[in-house]
Amino acid sequence: MIAKTSPEVGGMGHPIKRKEDSRFIQGKGNYVDDVRLPGMVYGHMVRSPYAHARLKSINTEKAKQLPGVLAIITGEDLAKANLAWMPTLFFDKQMVLATGKVLFQAQEVAFVVAEDQYTAADAAELVEVEYEELPVLVDPHKATDPDAPILRDDREEKSNHIFHWEVGDRAATDRDFQNAPVKATVHAISQRCHPAPLETCGCVADFNKATEKLTVYLTSQAPHAHRTLFALVGGIPEQNIRVLSPDIGGGFGNKVPIYPGYVCAVVASLTLGVPVKWIETRSENLQSTGFARDYHMTAEIAADKNGKVKALRVKTLADHGAFNAAAQPTKFPAGLFSVCTGSYDFENSFCEVDGVYTNKAPGGIAYRCSFRITEAAYLIERAIDVLAAELKMDPAEFRRKNFIQPDKFPYKTPLGWTYDSGNYEGALDKALEMVGYRELRKEQEEKRKKGELMGIGISSFTEAVGAGPAHTFDIAGIKMFDSAEIRVHPTGKAICRMGTKSQGQGHETTYAQIVAQELGIPASDVIIEEGDTDTAPYGLGTYASRSTPTSGAATAMAARKIRDKAKEIAAHLLECSEADLEWETGKFFVKGAPSKSKTIQEIAFAAYTNIPEGLEAGLEAVNYYDPPNLTFPFGAYICVVDIDKGTGEVKVRRFVAVDDCGNVINPMIVEGQIHGGLTEGLAIAFMQLIDYDENGNVQGGTLMDYLIPTAVETPHWETGSTCTPSPHHPFGAKGVGESPNVGSPAAFVNAVVDALSHLGVKHIDMPITPWKVWKVLKEKGVVS
Amino acid sequence: MAKKRTVQVKVNGREREASVEPRTLLVHFIRDYLGLTGTHVGCDTSNCGACTVVLDGKNVKSCTMFAVQADGSELLTVEGLIKDGQWHPLQEGFKQEHGLQCGFCTPGMLMSTYALLQRNPKPTEEEIRWGISGNLCRCTGYQNIVKAVQYAAGEMANKMTEGVAK
Repeated sequence: MIAKTSPEVGGMGHPIKRKEDSRFIQGKGNYVDDVRLPGMVYGHMVRSPYAHARLKSINTEKAKQLPGVLAIITGEDLAKANLAWMPTLFFDKQMVLATGKVLFQAQEVAFVVAEDQYTAADAAELVEVEYEELPVLVDPHKATDPDAPILRDDREEKSNHIFHWEVGDRAATDRDFQNAPVKATVHAISQRCHPAPLETCGCVADFNKATEKLTVYLTSQAPHAHRTLFALVGGIPEQNIRVLSPDIGGGFGNKVPIYPGYVCAVVASLTLGVPVKWIETRSENLQSTGFARDYHMTAEIAADKNGKVKALRVKTLADHGAFNAAAQPTKFPAGLFSVCTGSYDFENSFCEVDGVYTNKAPGGIAYRCSFRITEAAYLIERAIDVLAAELKMDPAEFRRKNFIQPDKFPYKTPLGWTYDSGNYEGALDKALEMVGYRELRKEQEEKRKKGELMGIGISSFTEAVGAGPAHTFDIAGIKMFDSAEIRVHPTGKAICRMGTKSQGQGHETTYAQIVAQELGIPASDVIIEEGDTDTAPYGLGTYASRSTPTSGAATAMAARKIRDKAKEIAAHLLECSEADLEWETGKFFVKGAPSKSKTIQEIAFAAYTNIPEGLEAGLEAVNYYDPPNLTFPFGAYICVVDIDKGTGEVKVRRFVAVDDCGNVINPMIVEGQIHGGLTEGLAIAFMQLIDYDENGNVQGGTLMDYLIPTAVETPHWETGSTCTPSPHHPFGAKGVGESPNVGSPAAFVNAVVDALSHLGVKHIDMPITPWKVWKVLKEKGVVS
Repeated sequence: MAKKRTVQVKVNGREREASVEPRTLLVHFIRDYLGLTGTHVGCDTSNCGACTVVLDGKNVKSCTMFAVQADGSELLTVEGLIKDGQWHPLQEGFKQEHGLQCGFCTPGMLMSTYALLQRNPKPTEEEIRWGISGNLCRCTGYQNIVKAVQYAAGEMANKMTEGVAK
């Protein structure tokens, strides 16, 4: 149980208003594009119109003659500094600027620097590039065909196959399938999509030739890791690099990798000695930076006649595009995809993933998810529904029958994860009650008699978030701990800095609430700073819902160190022994004499003015927290849809989301995160797709055709919660930002399939557009 | 490069002018020449609405106009919402109802809903949703933005009533 603080203190559980809002609603946010430095110049990227072509020549003469143009950098120029290629975050390398050939449409070919952004764009148009087109590989299923063009002739292995990864007991799983009386199979594509945060990626690189210090204002979810990578790859001493990640306009995984534009801006600033700004356009963002998903998956479940699942077998083809630029822990080529057994108690499982190259933009990053967990949750929740339909069982009952039971935690999955805590039935029961499940099923029956199409979809997902632990998780070799440093000032106010970086999650408020909870210093008296690598302690950044599980934990641990020291000071001030003191939010008092007490503010003052002999002055602490395990939030989502038979349009009538993320820091912020994640899930289920034609031309490259829901398409979300604390987190929290995006796509798709199941429909791939549904209705003779 | 033209606007109550190329987009004029960086750029196809400002009383996407087209106009940007140190009820509403997360769409949302409430002081939920349908948000799922606008509409109605009562 978490002690309840007063609203004035504003510790955990209080829905306090966000500290960061004031500047944003007054137009005083400071995003990277708002950074203006004296003498600053602008970069613009020249990109390939072809998906696969030999680079015959680049003529920059005309462009150079345009007044205002300062420099044009090509791959050949970078090669001289050994920077034409850079390592990706996953054992591959990626061209910064093309040399030899281009491998995807919109690939970076040259970087133009000019005095203003209009001139830079003009000059980019004047760069003449001669290409010789090569055969294009778009379909990942054809990547390993004998006649497929080999894309990466830079690699020793002359193959488009990147990796094979498998986990689980193949023999035991196969045996279960041989003997199983009931089996179900689903082929499902988690389609290529893009996080598309509203702010695109960009930077201002500022190299000061006099001090030799490089300052990079960067749209970065992981500023410390990026600083280290700049040092390792660019050869700049790390103490001379300062990465500043100011306000970030959404990330969702898109701002984890390092992109060629950043490197070019740094090179240009090193060369010219002036600040260079590079901000990509939306189209550049969608066409060239970290895409997500593109998993082509097959799941099979073996079960007994009563509907008890026995084994899960998963085979997946992963399309990584031209370079494997996945941003995930190095031991996991397919991320945490092997959490695909979900909330269910399987005896045996086997999962294999093969990655291939195609002529598409490189990736794939974790789009609002903990490294491929969205793919996994979608697959298992789809497969469970297919099997329930096969057995003609109600999908809620079927889930209940197969859930991992609360008394089995900590629960070891057949694919090697240890779930910390869970109560899946509790969350599902709550969601069923909130939505009025029985009545809805009756209504559906009535509607079917009248020929109307209504569906109910369930998703009882399990998430795995909060990486570390360091023994298992690292990014490019850097262990995935995270940090917090707290300094309490003489007047009892505090400043705290973390290794994470908010992109809208509200860290300035929630971390302050943790300090308030632990020390009794009101949250309003606590300033949170992140994103300056010169001042904040080292950390791996914010993605994979890891801020609360790691830096949040570090904040509590650092606060507890401060409390220990505060106790020594209090004993000195109260002239008693430490053993006689007890803590109550915000103060130490003498046992049995509560009037004899010292507040944390009095103690802080004494830490600078009246220090006990033998004790160091000051009241501050730092903690680098390495979590003992991931945390496993979960939830039960229920979606109700009506389908228009004439147009194939799916209307989401209701959506109930019950989330369990353990103990909650700020329920208002958690609910906001759920709303946002559900909306992105809706987009994935019904709208978002980065598609390519047979020539490798990107079909979802602008917001005209990469569809993002507006307020009109977005339904009203109904939220609820249960609370199953994490047993290993210092205050029992689990992380939540990604749950709604991970859990919801399956609920939407299950609802649509449920609406059409009586017609024999077993699966429809996302995005479920009206056209796709209409085609199904036509095929099934529902519309003529 | 075409000959520069002088553009004069009254922005947030102040007369400002600058000499720009005729092709300069209004949003770049606002951000780069007037130094008002609260107005954002989120796309290049007029879809996202992060650049929305109020021009002569109407909400416009400032990425879809040239600065020269705004010559002689009156502009209101997010920086001009605060009056005599008092937040506009919409600003208060966005904070109270948690209508923002990353904050990038927020200035555009504020300006679109400012114009909406000028046109329609008592919008229904559906009218609010249509009113912000030219503004994309990737964080909030819009639900709390709707509540923020309802909060502001209520506050503004209260002020009107108080005004009448006096």
